[in-house]
Amino acid sequence: MLGLNQRDTKFLLIVIALTLFTPILLQPFPADSGLAQFNAGYPDLMQRFAIFGIFAIGFNILFGLTGYLSFGHAAFLGVGSYSTVWMFKLLNYNVLPGLVLAIIVSGLFALLIGYVSLRRSGIYFSILTLAFAQMSFNLAYSVLTPITNGETGLQVYNDDPQILMGENGITTTHFFGLKMNASHIMDVGPWQFTFNFGYYFCAVIAILAFYLSLRIFRSPFGMMLRAVKSNQQRMNYTGLSSRPYTLAAFVISGMYAGLAGGLLASMDPLAGAERMQWTASGEVVLMTILGGAGTMMGPILGAGFIKYFENIFSKINDQVLHGWFAFLPDGLENALVWLLHPFVGKGWHLTLGILFMLVVVFLPGGLVELGQRIRNMFRKKPKADNDGSHKPQQTPHVAE
Amino acid sequence: MDVILLQILNGLDKGSAYALIALGLTLIFGTLGVVNFAHGALFMIGAFCSVTLQRILSWSFETIDPDKTDFLGNPATVKTPYVVEWFGESTGLAIIDWSVPLAILFSIPIMIAFGFIMERGLIKHFYKRPHADQILVTFGLAIVLQEVIKAFYGANPIPTPAPSAFTGSFDFGLLLGFAENTIIYPYWRMVYFAFSLVVIGGVFSFLQFTTFGMVVRAGMADRETVGLLGIDIDKRFTFMFGLAAAVAGIAGVMYAPINSPNYHMGMDFLVLSFVVVVVGGMGSLPGAVLAGFMLGILESFASMNIIKSFIPGIDQIIIYLVAILILLTRPRGLMGRKGVMEE
Repeated sequence: MLGLNQRDTKFLLIVIALTLFTPILLQPFPADSGLAQFNAGYPDLMQRFAIFGIFAIGFNILFGLTGYLSFGHAAFLGVGSYSTVWMFKLLNYNVLPGLVLAIIVSGLFALLIGYVSLRRSGIYFSILTLAFAQMSFNLAYSVLTPITNGETGLQVYNDDPQILMGENGITTTHFFGLKMNASHIMDVGPWQFTFNFGYYFCAVIAILAFYLSLRIFRSPFGMMLRAVKSNQQRMNYTGLSSRPYTLAAFVISGMYAGLAGGLLASMDPLAGAERMQWTASGEVVLMTILGGAGTMMGPILGAGFIKYFENIFSKINDQVLHGWFAFLPDGLENALVWLLHPFVGKGWHLTLGILFMLVVVFLPGGLVELGQRIRNMFRKKPKADNDGSHKPQQTPHVAE
Repeated sequence: MDVILLQILNGLDKGSAYALIALGLTLIFGTLGVVNFAHGALFMIGAFCSVTLQRILSWSFETIDPDKTDFLGNPATVKTPYVVEWFGESTGLAIIDWSVPLAILFSIPIMIAFGFIMERGLIKHFYKRPHADQILVTFGLAIVLQEVIKAFYGANPIPTPAPSAFTGSFDFGLLLGFAENTIIYPYWRMVYFAFSLVVIGGVFSFLQFTTFGMVVRAGMADRETVGLLGIDIDKRFTFMFGLAAAVAGIAGVMYAPINSPNYHMGMDFLVLSFVVVVVGGMGSLPGAVLAGFMLGILESFASMNIIKSFIPGIDQIIIYLVAILILLTRPRGLMGRKGVMEE
């Protein structure tokens, strides 16, 4: 179906089903139970899952396939956000022109940066992209204030032209009249499910983005990108210039990031320069690695995982911990709470950092590899690994 | 003329910090071939060493002063630091006053131990893995270190004053025959610059004039052959990692009075230091130092009003712009060795 083989079709259908039923799946605990704080089925968070999923899928097309580690991808996210908000300011609150512009502008921006950065590879490429992103961030804060509104962040004001607004135009973001913040709340017994149009809008786009990246992964073009990762030199020796392919991958992944940025602005019509800072670029790297770079599902898992913990983990405070360990003797309870305190609440970044290190050290394939290992453990017949000794050794570094 | 001199001086202290961090980064890269994204965190830990020592030295006990009362009429308590009690009034206060320079002695063993543990415990397992993995794991480590510091010291910058002998500024203008107050420069920044020269000179002479340094240089050039000669090069490289950590650490210690330490100062410096290393040439120690000072001075020139009125915003991006230009025109950097990380 849709140019996919049977296995991929099944995979895509599962992803579609998961995405569409997210508001139900992420709301496993009744609204009045003590565990309700672990529910993630509220619109704001679900939108973020979908948006950062798109961002990470796009990043994975570059990093997962070609192995080029970009440390400046957040620049495209920021550019996308700015262009979308500008469309809100100039036309009206319809998100379509904004998203289209976000994709076009970030694509052009990626073309420019990629053309320069891809002349080098390895660590130099990382540093070049980092330098470009930091440059954009600094410029957005200082000189480009007329376009970006500096530290305040770009937002829509009452005296903006908004030429398509009309007399009684809608004053929140919408898609041809369907408001992004429109929600339908459904009560099923003690459970409460929120179906939000903004989420479904993002989700449909995310599914399209996922489908596109699936096609890219399975295409000859994707094969070429994998070849770049495994041995670029050999590819060049066969007389094939890999630059157009890597540049195309870079631009595509930049457009994904721009689309994600545009969606961020569509959910909340605001764009700030801090979206372009290099910590934001680091975040998408974390997501992709944590989930599993180079796999289809990994980046989405990673994005969901990080965004979930960012929102849920950071809500756990000492009181909640005391509540959990109340059954223990007082001394032990206090000791446990004291021990866990630095890792929860505001300290969740610490947990993230440790987790990330563990993943890089022990599970280079991320969560996806973890899943595969667990599945292999339960499999009866272990797969014979007969090519272990014939794998080409990695070229050692010159200084070694 | 005086304006130009002033900008050169202004660039020196930041340039010294860049040069010291870049020196450590290059040492690690040149010896172990590891791209260490946690090096900024080491710089930050150094800065927090001086905060810690200052706090330790200021530990005090409370006594009731019979002569004074507070505003409620209760007897007032007076805090006396233990060092004052032990060493007498003048020596004790002087020790507290000089806590930042003392922190150098305090931080060196800490940083070397830290470097040892880091290399043996973590980095060792990443020699054979691709550079991307090294970047990622050290990036994770940097996040962890930064968050640990944040958990202990809070998120606000902690002012760490320099010894009172070095407060105030020196008027260079008078010395060179310009009008008064045209070129003034804080004493502590002069100290920092001199200090960085001493450290850089120390590292270079250690590598150049000792047998240990000679073996390390040989190992940097051809690790395998040195190993075949029966020298345990790994052990020496581990020591070099400790040394690089110590250089970053003491650079941080001395930088604390210039810029109050906060938990993300390491990351701020790291990005720029990497740019410095790349501009100087990966694996070249003189290149790192040269590029550090050059970029520091260039940055302060770009923030001059005349230049900013020509090209607005140039001060924000000059370093990155230079890095991009150099990487594209001279891929090896200013003084990079042939064959090191060219692709």
